[in-house]
Amino acid sequence: MISKKLTCIECPEGCRLTIDAENSKVIKITGNKCPKGESYAVAEIENPVRILTSTVLCQGLSLKMLSVRTDKPISKSMIFEAMKEIKKIKVKKSLNAGDIIVKDFLRLGVNLIATRKAE
Amino acid sequence: MIKRDLVIVGGGPSGMAAAISAHENGVKDILLIERDQYLGGILNQCVHTGFGINYFKEILTGPEYAGRFIEKVKSIPDIEVSLKSLAVRLTNDKTITFLKPGKLETIKAKALVMATGCREKTREMIHIPGTRPAGVFSAGLAQKLINIEGLLPGREVVIVGSGDIGLIMARRFALEGAKVKAIIEIQKESRGLLRNMVQCVEDFDIPVYFNHKISWIYGKDRVEKVSVVKVDNDFNEIPGTLFEIKCDTILVSVGLIPENELIEMAGVSIEGDRTSAPGIFVCGNSFKIYDMVDSATEDSMLTGKLAAEYIRNL
Ligand code: SF4
Repeated sequence: MISKKLTCIECPEGCRLTIDAENSKVIKITGNKCPKGESYAVAEIENPVRILTSTVLCQGLSLKMLSVRTDKPISKSMIFEAMKEIKKIKVKKSLNAGDIIVKDFLRLGVNLIATRKAE
Repeated sequence: MIKRDLVIVGGGPSGMAAAISAHENGVKDILLIERDQYLGGILNQCVHTGFGINYFKEILTGPEYAGRFIEKVKSIPDIEVSLKSLAVRLTNDKTITFLKPGKLETIKAKALVMATGCREKTREMIHIPGTRPAGVFSAGLAQKLINIEGLLPGREVVIVGSGDIGLIMARRFALEGAKVKAIIEIQKESRGLLRNMVQCVEDFDIPVYFNHKISWIYGKDRVEKVSVVKVDNDFNEIPGTLFEIKCDTILVSVGLIPENELIEMAGVSIEGDRTSAPGIFVCGNSFKIYDMVDSATEDSMLTGKLAAEYIRNL
């Protein structure tokens, strides 16, 4: 059995979690002040995920860059690949915050969405 | 001279919250002036998540958080927004002068809310010695260059200070393909949130040197390298610990200070939670530096209400 210490990043509280795991399976989690800490710890051991935020180029709009994010977290190991894709994107038509820019982004089951209105 | 009931200076989250709250509390004539061409203030360049957990009970990016307030402000006809409007003068009788494209306008207000935000401490304020080459940026300026202008200001970066903006920019540079060579922090632990140490620094294997400081910046036209030295608990350099890091860019992230030039110019002082001039209010980061925008919003909502009460009792 291994014991791992982690900091929960789900909210600014930053609880220090202790995870007891065996063969990459979580047995016990302590230190979390709310249930979100538990699911975070499990994901961190089994498949760490992050919401990716960045910006994409605009063309013919009043903004030069439009801020974007994945609408759900993606696997940490996919982040640099996702950034490569993001750099290829050009937004040419007006969008509202929340509008989808790329559906099923990189077949990860998440959408890339605008986080700001672009006109 | 034009007369208005309430003038709010600054269209960031605090100014918008004050405007909305003043309106909710009965003010019908509100002018909100903003120097940029958009509302939203600094949040527009804070494209990362972490905003709104307390206020909206949701995790939002900066532009999303700002966007909700922008929509709300736009839906209230009693709030007039004046963009590209730079306040240049304030007097303690609540007269404000601002520049907008093609003209200078002076307005006498019944009440004024200053929501002018904050600025970053600079290299000069923390005295980093060395040459004065190009390539030294405040972390917030670098953030603006990348996220608003689409320019990457450097490829090999050393960050001074482990405040949240510096940590967030460490990740941003790493995502953009730059090499973040080190974060140098003079204190013995991070000044930023723990979660940012995890998701911005550890996730990208960025080395952090606590109890260290930059002792010299080298470079003729552009930054070429820095020398770094270990310090003891009283920040004295420890002999024999000097080493060098090659880099082309230095980001300074050593804290924020309230932006209160106009108020000072007017001879008005901030005393506790109010100003020495009745009817002039200060809120958000220009009042004090908040860790979270959610708290700045709450403070500003209260300020908007106080301004409304002040006008009602005139
Ligand atoms: S465990 Fe809950 S309270 Fe603690 S940091 Fe995680 S989300 Fe926040």
